[in-house]
Amino acid sequence: MEKSSGLVRRLARQAPALCLLLLIAACAKDYPQTTLQPRGDFARMVDDLFRTTVVWATIVFVLVEGVLLWAIFKFRGRADDPEPRQVHGNTTLEVVWTVIPAFILVAIAVPTVKTIFKTSDYATGPGVVQIEVIGHQWWWEFRYPELGVVTGNEMHIPVGKTVNLRMTTADVLHSFWVPQFAGKRDVFPGRYNPLWFKAEVTGIFSGQCAEFCGVQHARMGFKLISETQEEFDAWVARERIGSPLVNAGTVPADTTTPADSAGRAAKLAADSLEQAGRALFSGAGCIGCHAMVGTPLASATSLKGPNLSHVGSRQTLVAGLMPNTEENLRKWLANPDSVKQGTLMVLPKKLTDAEIATLVAYLRSHR
Amino acid sequence: MATSVVDHAPASHHEPHTGIWSWITTVDHKRIGILYGVTAFIFFLLGGIEALIMRIQLMKPDNTFVSPELFNSLFTMHGTTMIFLGVMPLSAMFFNYFIPLQIGARDVAFPRLNAFSYWVFLLGGLFINFSFLINAAPNAGWFGYANLTSNQYSPGLNTDFWVLGLQILGVASMAAAINFFVTIVNMRAPGMKMLRMPMFVWMSFITQILLLLAFPVITIALVFLMMDRHFATHFFLPEGGGDPILWQHLFWIFGHPEVYILILPSFGIVSEILPVFSRKPLFGYTAMVFSGAFIAFLGFGVWSHHMFSTGMGPFADAFFSLSTMLIAVPTGVKIFNWIGTMWGGSLQLKTPMLFAIGMVAQFIVGGLSGVMHSVPPADLQQTDTYFIVAHFHYVLFGGAIFGLTAGAYYWFPKMFGRMLDDKMGKLHFWMMFLGFNITFFPMHFLGLNGMPRRVYTYPGDLNFEFWNQVQTWGSLLLGVSFLVFIYNMWKASRRPADAPADPWRGATLEWLIPSPPQEFNFADVPPVHSATPAWDLRRAGGGTLPEPQRVSGAGIHMPRPSYWPAVTAVGVLVTIGSILFTHAFSQWYFITLTGAAILIYGIYRWAYEPAF
Repeated sequence: MEKSSGLVRRLARQAPALCLLLLIAACAKDYPQTTLQPRGDFARMVDDLFRTTVVWATIVFVLVEGVLLWAIFKFRGRADDPEPRQVHGNTTLEVVWTVIPAFILVAIAVPTVKTIFKTSDYATGPGVVQIEVIGHQWWWEFRYPELGVVTGNEMHIPVGKTVNLRMTTADVLHSFWVPQFAGKRDVFPGRYNPLWFKAEVTGIFSGQCAEFCGVQHARMGFKLISETQEEFDAWVARERIGSPLVNAGTVPADTTTPADSAGRAAKLAADSLEQAGRALFSGAGCIGCHAMVGTPLASATSLKGPNLSHVGSRQTLVAGLMPNTEENLRKWLANPDSVKQGTLMVLPKKLTDAEIATLVAYLRSHR
Repeated sequence: MATSVVDHAPASHHEPHTGIWSWITTVDHKRIGILYGVTAFIFFLLGGIEALIMRIQLMKPDNTFVSPELFNSLFTMHGTTMIFLGVMPLSAMFFNYFIPLQIGARDVAFPRLNAFSYWVFLLGGLFINFSFLINAAPNAGWFGYANLTSNQYSPGLNTDFWVLGLQILGVASMAAAINFFVTIVNMRAPGMKMLRMPMFVWMSFITQILLLLAFPVITIALVFLMMDRHFATHFFLPEGGGDPILWQHLFWIFGHPEVYILILPSFGIVSEILPVFSRKPLFGYTAMVFSGAFIAFLGFGVWSHHMFSTGMGPFADAFFSLSTMLIAVPTGVKIFNWIGTMWGGSLQLKTPMLFAIGMVAQFIVGGLSGVMHSVPPADLQQTDTYFIVAHFHYVLFGGAIFGLTAGAYYWFPKMFGRMLDDKMGKLHFWMMFLGFNITFFPMHFLGLNGMPRRVYTYPGDLNFEFWNQVQTWGSLLLGVSFLVFIYNMWKASRRPADAPADPWRGATLEWLIPSPPQEFNFADVPPVHSATPAWDLRRAGGGTLPEPQRVSGAGIHMPRPSYWPAVTAVGVLVTIGSILFTHAFSQWYFITLTGAAILIYGIYRWAYEPAF
């Protein structure tokens, strides 16, 4: 009984969602990955167009289903009723119900074609933030070639500025999708696809791969963090420390070192747990797949795994799978496959609890 | 007194009409139709069970009812099964049984080719499902997008079973399509001009044309993929200069017409049922014919609307958007004419009619959501989400399956000489109607609120749980509704075969002969003067038709049973299936050659076997 009354309550709470059009927007706020509450210019244009189609579809639905229901009730007959009048058709009617839908479609087609041309191609111009998106089985890599940042599963953007994405994949097809900012765009090996949008508000938003890409397609999420220009600049400055692009000399290094950098180096030297973790990270083979500040492969830009130079500061672990906590990191390092079955992260060897503790300390210290 | 001629004067030949051997060797289109129906229904139930397992997995977030690998196999095989082993062969059951009866023919044009089609279909279906037993079920999606299907990203036999299985099934579809095409063109009763054919025959005819034009494309694409996987080519592999997007184009040039291959037979069935149960001829017969043809024609010019998110550029997006919207016009014409047929009629709300009306009502929803994602920018949000899952289930379940079920209730008495219980049929309808809508309508909300397709699970904080749970309960109701249907058929099988020749006051030729029909169908083919010949005769008889008598078929030559079609089908299976072994051992081609030998010998014996 308890359970069923709970269900009734929940049904009642969800009931408004049954009404199309206006109410779906009201309910959308419960869904962090909704398409119905646009927070970027691209998604807003799409949403406007979508609402036009919903209005027309609702009108047609009500009229046609209404006439159908009316016919069922009005013309119910009995087996022994006389044969009804035998009508074979009506040319005028045929013309009418060919032409009226055609006009409705024109009403939809005109804004459609306009929006197609408005939303295509790359965004260019001064002030546009350039980001390179690379899909991997099963995580997302984001590079800011002009800013020297390489990161994974977390895209930071400044609010109110157009960001231009140049997108490809390192392996199979994926599709980049942050519903509140823009529609999907698939990524293909060996070619680049464009997408752009401008955030209207700050906040943390959910995105997810939308093209089936193998065993863990379901666990290929990411976060989009829209922040003020100051916050974004601070984030960039931090990320540049240990960035493979900076280390490789692709972008010039900063002339001034951010304030906390020296302190961190001193702290690292003092903390034996982190020291041990660092040794293990290099010695056990983690660096074979992950770039990391202060390791021999810190400047490698085409490794299999995400750049971990600032993993401690990220919101989530494992492509949006779980919050970035000590406990979760420990669980992940103990047995990645039990957390994300089929993951391509292979531990070079089974880690002991003590080793995991050192790695956790080491990784979490990198913020 | 209607006595069976079979008792004392076997109509044609010589073979007993019972026992497994008689089914293996049969070339009678009616028995082959029943074979298609039974086999396809079992596959359909299998695909339904796969769907229910997925629904249970999705009932709550982070569920571990099935592993991600198994889930990926389940949705791949659910799609593949429902399309190639469920809906298409269920349509083939009706093609087989009713095209000859509705056009007044004694059989199809090539009866042994017909048997061959069935056996290839059966073996192909078993082949592709055999993969479950060795834990290698296809898992790259029914659409099999490159380059996930390459050896690198899909090692193992899973994708091979899919590629080769579809190739085998394609042989069956092509052979059957040629057969029905020729049958309809050549074997119509005297007086049945093209524009007097029943609408089911018309829609079937268009379907065969679609099959003949669409299947070669997927065959080529599958050959390319097979070459990539087994013979080191790189049609779809970017590292070798190939292009994964080529697969998408080839697949959808086949895949979109395939949608009409699945739905047009149902359009035909509903166009038969609505007039009979409205007691009024089909409204706008000619408009119905041409709208069907126009839909099929346009169906070849819209494929890239499956690919708006691939970034084809604004001109291609605009073209495929407009051509897709254009299809809504003839589709609307069909719906309005169905309603026009009911308007002013005397509606007899028997079970077949309920399913037919349900089909129309639900297809409207699928059609409208179809227009919604013919708008490319909006489709960028909707594609690959549950909104699309909702859309095509409204078209293919709410449309095709409801139509086929309507046909099953409508023609069951003709096929088996027994009526299905109408009360139980109505219970089946209401359960299926509710179950279907509870399962699939909320998917619109889930998709718009950001739930992607083909995910084995979802995180709790995205709030997808509530509607997923509702959908799972709906799907269980849907599943149970089919148990009612099965029970209804089982009960009918235990009653005496006393169905009248024409229980519904039907309009077409099949209702003029006994239920079930005799082997030769028509001793004398009645003249046809309109699209509703049975109504013409009924009117001439003052409103009633005499119950037709079973007659002696003496002197009517029917084709001789043959097992060579089945043998040849085994040859097809072995020849194509042998490619599985290319990576296993170097002498794999001995199996291929064995298969080819069986194939060629089968065809040789078949060709030199006397037909009569």
